[in-house]
Amino acid sequence: MSETKRTTAYTEYHPRWYRKDVSTWWWLGRWPYLKFILREISSVFVAWSVVVLLLQLRSLSRGPQAYADFEKWLRNPLILLLNLITLFFVVFHAVTWFNLAPSAMVVRFRGKRVPAFLIMSANYAAWAAISLVVVWFLVRS
Amino acid sequence: MAKQSNEPVLWALFSAGGVAAAFVIPVYLLLFGVAFPLGWISGPPYDHLVSLFRLPLVRLGLFAVCFLALFHWAHRFRYTLYDGLQIKHLNELIFFCCYGGAVFGTVLAGYLLWNFK
Repeated sequence: MSETKRTTAYTEYHPRWYRKDVSTWWWLGRWPYLKFILREISSVFVAWSVVVLLLQLRSLSRGPQAYADFEKWLRNPLILLLNLITLFFVVFHAVTWFNLAPSAMVVRFRGKRVPAFLIMSANYAAWAAISLVVVWFLVRS
Repeated sequence: MAKQSNEPVLWALFSAGGVAAAFVIPVYLLLFGVAFPLGWISGPPYDHLVSLFRLPLVRLGLFAVCFLALFHWAHRFRYTLYDGLQIKHLNELIFFCCYGGAVFGTVLAGYLLWNFK
């Protein structure tokens, strides 16, 4: 970062670089840009999910009445709507994350690179397995 | 000489948090955020949840998810503000708020999980 600052400063030997101003809304112009920003924004909804989890933990440790209030809060239409949007974004995060996984991790087996679709499907399989385990622990009646 | 950067550590936390969030948060939200409140499936009773959360392994896992997911948010959101909205003049403030928030949330998660019953 300090590198950039130094090179953009005016010196006798090197004129200031010409850089066009980019609009704050540059990412609205094209779908891939918008998708990029939506993907980054998904992190806000990841954080919101942690907030919900912490509220749940707090109410659980305060007793059955507090937990019933928490469950009622979850049924509030506004919170429900927010959580629906959150669900969309966290799924979007998961899908984009797993689709990028083959580029992020290079796995070699017997000197050969494991093909991208194998890494991707391994991730999706793990996702499905973990989700099923969570459902099994929470929904069994 | 360039000074040692803490960026690799923050990036590693971002990456680990991305994995943790991708694996467990969608199902958590589908159940507690949508399916239980809408009555699609009946949610677990209070006692069942409490006994589940009393298991040390569950609490350890939940702590890891909270910690990593919050640092994932901090890193990604910081760069969204830098690059997306080009708020570069507030660098220090954004840095402080993002990681400060993540540290605060992590401490809170640790406190709640450690003192759980």
